[in-house]
Amino acid sequence: MRFTFDGADYDARPGDTLAAALLRNKIHLMGRSFKYHRPRGVLASGAEEPNALVEIDRGGARRTPNLRATVVEVFDGMVARSQNRTPSLRFDIGAVNDLLAPFLPAGFYYKTFMWPVGAWARLYEPMIRRAAGLGRAPELADTDRYTQRFAHCDVLVIGSGPAGLAAATEAAATGIRVILCDEQAAFGGSLLSDPSEALATQLAALFANPRVTMLSRTTAFGIYGDNLVGLAERVTDHLPDPHPALPRERLWQVRAKRIVVAAGAIERPLVFPGNDRPGIMLGDAARIFARRYGANPGTNAVVVTACDTGADVARDLAASGIVIARLVDLREGFRVTGTHGRLRVSSIEIDRGGTRETIACDFVAMCGGWTPSIHLYSQAGGKPRFDPGIGAFVPGTEVTGLTCVGACAGDMPPAYRAGVAPVNAEGRAFVDWQNDVTAKDLKLATREGFRSIEHVKRYTTTGMATDQGKTSNINALGIVAGALGATIPEIGLTTFRTPYTPVTFGTLAGLSRGDLFDPVRTTPMHEWEMARGAVFEDVGAWKRARYYPRQGEDMHTAVARECRLVRDTVGMFDASTLGKIEVVGPDAAEFMNRVYINAWTKLAPGRCRYGVMLGENGFVMDDGVVGRLAQDRFHVTTTTGGAARVLAFMEDYRQTEWPELRVWLTSATEQWAVIAVQGPRARDVLMPLVDGQDISAVAMPHMSVVEGTMLGIEMRLFRVSFSGELGFEVNVPADYGHAIWEAIWDRVQVYEGGAYGTEAMHVLRAEKGFIIVGQETDGTVTPDDVGLGWAIGKAKKDFIGKRSLTRSGMTGPRRQLVGLRTDDPATVLEEGAQITATIEDRRPLGHVTSAYGGTTVGHSIALAMIEDGRARVGATLQVRMPNGAIPVHVTAPVFYDPEGARLDA
Amino acid sequence: MKLIPCPICGERAEIEFTYGGQAGLTRPADPAATTEAEWGAFLYARENPKGMHRERWRHIHGCGQFFNLTRDTVTDRFIP
Amino acid sequence: MSHPDKPYIPDRNKVAPMDRFSLAKLLRQGFAGQTGWGAQWRAPERPEAAYDVVIVGGGGHGLATAYYLAKEHNIRRVAVIERGWIGGGNTGRNTTIIRSNYLMPESAALYDHSVKLWETLSQQLNYNVMYSPRGVLMLAHNVHDVQSAMRHIHANRLAGVDNEWLDPAQVKAFCPPLNVGGPLRYPILGGALQRRGGTARHDAVAWGFARAASALGVDIVQNCAVTGLKRDATGAISGVETTRGDIACKKVGVVAAGHTSVVMAMAGVRMPLESYPLQALVSEPVKPAFPCVVMSNTIHAYISQSDKGEMVIGAGTDAYTSYSQTGGLHIATQTLDAICELVPQFRRLRMLRNWGGIVDLSPDRSPILSKTDVAGLYVNSGWGTGGFKATPGSGNVFAHTIAHDEPHPINAPFSLARFDTGLLIDEAAAAAVAH
Repeated sequence: MRFTFDGADYDARPGDTLAAALLRNKIHLMGRSFKYHRPRGVLASGAEEPNALVEIDRGGARRTPNLRATVVEVFDGMVARSQNRTPSLRFDIGAVNDLLAPFLPAGFYYKTFMWPVGAWARLYEPMIRRAAGLGRAPELADTDRYTQRFAHCDVLVIGSGPAGLAAATEAAATGIRVILCDEQAAFGGSLLSDPSEALATQLAALFANPRVTMLSRTTAFGIYGDNLVGLAERVTDHLPDPHPALPRERLWQVRAKRIVVAAGAIERPLVFPGNDRPGIMLGDAARIFARRYGANPGTNAVVVTACDTGADVARDLAASGIVIARLVDLREGFRVTGTHGRLRVSSIEIDRGGTRETIACDFVAMCGGWTPSIHLYSQAGGKPRFDPGIGAFVPGTEVTGLTCVGACAGDMPPAYRAGVAPVNAEGRAFVDWQNDVTAKDLKLATREGFRSIEHVKRYTTTGMATDQGKTSNINALGIVAGALGATIPEIGLTTFRTPYTPVTFGTLAGLSRGDLFDPVRTTPMHEWEMARGAVFEDVGAWKRARYYPRQGEDMHTAVARECRLVRDTVGMFDASTLGKIEVVGPDAAEFMNRVYINAWTKLAPGRCRYGVMLGENGFVMDDGVVGRLAQDRFHVTTTTGGAARVLAFMEDYRQTEWPELRVWLTSATEQWAVIAVQGPRARDVLMPLVDGQDISAVAMPHMSVVEGTMLGIEMRLFRVSFSGELGFEVNVPADYGHAIWEAIWDRVQVYEGGAYGTEAMHVLRAEKGFIIVGQETDGTVTPDDVGLGWAIGKAKKDFIGKRSLTRSGMTGPRRQLVGLRTDDPATVLEEGAQITATIEDRRPLGHVTSAYGGTTVGHSIALAMIEDGRARVGATLQVRMPNGAIPVHVTAPVFYDPEGARLDA
Repeated sequence: MKLIPCPICGERAEIEFTYGGQAGLTRPADPAATTEAEWGAFLYARENPKGMHRERWRHIHGCGQFFNLTRDTVTDRFIP
Repeated sequence: MSHPDKPYIPDRNKVAPMDRFSLAKLLRQGFAGQTGWGAQWRAPERPEAAYDVVIVGGGGHGLATAYYLAKEHNIRRVAVIERGWIGGGNTGRNTTIIRSNYLMPESAALYDHSVKLWETLSQQLNYNVMYSPRGVLMLAHNVHDVQSAMRHIHANRLAGVDNEWLDPAQVKAFCPPLNVGGPLRYPILGGALQRRGGTARHDAVAWGFARAASALGVDIVQNCAVTGLKRDATGAISGVETTRGDIACKKVGVVAAGHTSVVMAMAGVRMPLESYPLQALVSEPVKPAFPCVVMSNTIHAYISQSDKGEMVIGAGTDAYTSYSQTGGLHIATQTLDAICELVPQFRRLRMLRNWGGIVDLSPDRSPILSKTDVAGLYVNSGWGTGGFKATPGSGNVFAHTIAHDEPHPINAPFSLARFDTGLLIDEAAAAAVAH
């Protein structure tokens, strides 16, 4: 296999990670640090790697920054690049920061860049932002797919090292459902360095078991409530030419009865001056590169150790043909006092009792003890305890449904058990590699009064890099504890936040994009409307036809034409999105009395009433026409956006406040298609379609409802008008909506009528002064404010919101609904514009709620909510616009047919 | 995402439910007889405890029932 | 934990000048190995026996209150009592958005008071809080959003608060990464831009106020939980009980964010508050790729890029009240759905850290900055999801309220009594209803 790194061509072997392949090609320099741009090589061999972050470019939009070279699997033709360097990894001008390091200690930016006022944002911040950041964000919309799966299992085992495999094998033997996941490409964990027949047999048995799901390249990144575990599976990033049907990554949300965490442990680096040069790495990483990948990190190693792991590492490296120049055991009184080599370590200085020695080498392996990976345990609510024998936190309290096994439970071989290693904080001794935090920075923070580990972390940024402190946290704790003369448990532990390792945004978002972002709700007439060129607007999740432009028409002209149709002949309107609730039962009228401000007891079956509903706070919440179909049955309509809210609100009172009422509520919004037929010829249009139903003015006056059939189809016909004209609303079962629409359409053509959309509907209703909840009202408006005081059932003792209307704060001057006229009939006010009494006055009296030109009344109109508005009818006020004020005259809010003669036609 | 024990349907995922706030707030039988402070307290004052909380849930995307549960607001665990 | 802290007895009438930060000092220290910096604020092991005012809660708002009490009202016998570590609550967990383009005149006045203080806060405190007025752009996705945005813009302009409408092309020019004109479920129809809006460095705000308040004599006592509020025979406040000793005082300001209900209950006051988990998350750091703050209330997306390079993303609240400081995975995924819609090239970025805070929501989603029925007890709470932006202004007017036992004209409307009278300041209602 071939791949390129920074343009140079290299060989790789199947199964290589990028880091392993580069090391085999004798490339140690893989990255630059965040702050000082120091040259860095690989520190670790897995997901905990802080240094070797690269960009993988698969062409086009498929470029991914900040990937760990120790995790990226090489495929043939892979293009990898280093990051955070200009112009090249070897010669990075950002490294000037390293020369300035004495002046850039932890938190330096809080102490300067303050002068002159405003210079931070203009001058310093852009500079700092350019220097910060790691890789480059992708610039093109991602073309890959991401999918999501949900799964349930009896046991989820996280990690497939020896402990995880044993747990999975044992669980599988009982025949229960098991999921085994591992972040690596292959199962086996630490066993992969010494592949055995036993491992192969054990894995084969698991793969063969149909009750076991094996997920490799799958990271358990977080535990959420009630044993829900998030897994991120990398599906195609390792493939040279993935099948287009495959997603790039897959999110699993697994609900497990029991979780077994076998996440292992992470080796700790040692803190000594110059410990960050390329070629200085963790002992176990060196061993894994050499033995598992056959990629010796060098030929001549110094192993520095604070525990017995060092001897094992030295033995294993020697077995791979590496010369061990020295095994330096810090327990024998040695200190590391420095290292040399610009882009790769060339020697290391050690000291014992004043005797200094420089040892030449081409890499250094550090063994500082092991830190159990308790991230998931802690996320699940476990309280860790400090184990001085391991020098790290281990699981403490029990967590229901979760067990930690193996190294992450603190169960380690004796050689791995070691306390926190001694630190040599002189010079530049790094604790957090990626964020360039040194031991001195930590000590500075404690001197400056930052004593909680959370404060130290935030002040110095230790543990906040993309590795989230996996290799640095314990060393930082040790140094802070030392500086404060306290113990590590006294300093505490920072919170383990999700995710364990970074998770792709796309994986979490999955298929939720475009039309799948939120379900699109369409009416039965939607296709017809599309075919007629309707322009749609989003109202909640619904698509509503806003207007139907003809050739060459803009919105204004189209809406004006649609309004004229309704006023002059007949128009039809798709009102299917209106919420509909069937309120049924012997106590239905009593329920309605309590929920609405109106009185319902005396409403006769076959009659309709405009209903207004308040929240318990006394403010208008929703409105709509309600038809009484029978003594015990109401057909309630709500606003389009309010339907679900209103039903939930009603149901809350029905179940929890008034369980004694015999009444039942059913949503019927999607069951009925609703066609409004409005205009002087509306009756003529419908007459031949209603199967003999008498819809004359006498038989069916304004605000009445009948049940019958239309062309043989079940129908509820309302005589209602939101336009001010003679009007009907035809309700038919949704499946027949389109067919009935077509039939009415044919009749409308006879009278040279047409369809109109929501915009014309808005204009027509505004001409009549009808409010729209959410436009004239905003959740702070009482019925009286919008001129609906008349609707309140005066005899009713109580209804929802009534008590709130008499609170002391509701009796002062209130904003009331009025109409506004401009001097120039062509001037259309701007909705939302503020209104004052005079040009000099800046105190707002109210605002324009609705404003339209293109009306049928011959001039522009506006509705407004104005303080004491009804008392100001006839007054002149000022609408404040950016380029001056527009004088307006306050009128009653009804501009068209104030007597309502046309409604009763 | 929590599992919520619906008394009718059993344990279901949290997204099937709506939260109904503090349980046991009874609407005054005669709101007109309440003082402004009493009415204000009914509308808005809440226990909001750190610890045991008696609260309402509704299985809105299931059986539709309201029911009460006790939850420890520190651990988010339901207490039988 | 135990510190070898010497007992400190401040002479509050003659407080030593603060150890000033400057570039020159930073350079001098560079040659001295940065060893000459002292503690940024005094950290007494325990409170003294008596103070004039005790502030419960060492977040940004509490520390700012203490600072302004000392600075503007010459009340320096002040203790800030913090259960954990200062700035460890919502101050250090929020997405640091600063803006003042609120609809209601009362809100705009409060938040704009704060923005004006932000503009020179670094110099005032001698601590770089990194106020970055890079612009806050609030997107409109449907006709109702546009109407609501226009109403805000007109109202703000009349009140002297900057806010302007950008059409889709102008939105694209101001924030090129946004998917304007793309196949969005809810297309971007424009946006309301407040240019003075932006971000600041959250930790620096807490630390900067702490340092400046400490220099004026304020005691900041950490790891000290309030366990009781004491009242005298008249019912007035007489002291505070803490895990590190009792304190006698006549005035207590409770600024405990999500824990306000718990603390106020110690004085028998039930609050109109509910505490909910609010999540936020950041991406791995990348080079500058997002120039401003973008908010979309309709699809619930809030994003900006920190100076470090992380995309800072605000998620929603969970459905139920909780003090657990965690939240559901589905809340984070819904947020990222929205982010990936608005900025589809960010799909390949990765979530680095996801965390939760506890926000105290009031019924009208406006704060409570108020006296209470208990003499000497004051409360500053109910900031919900948006308190960070108000930190200096909130502290400023709350200090006035405590010092004068009367609200400042700016916070007078934000009284507890409004929930009885019905004079709510309902920002949410104005935007929430769709027809």
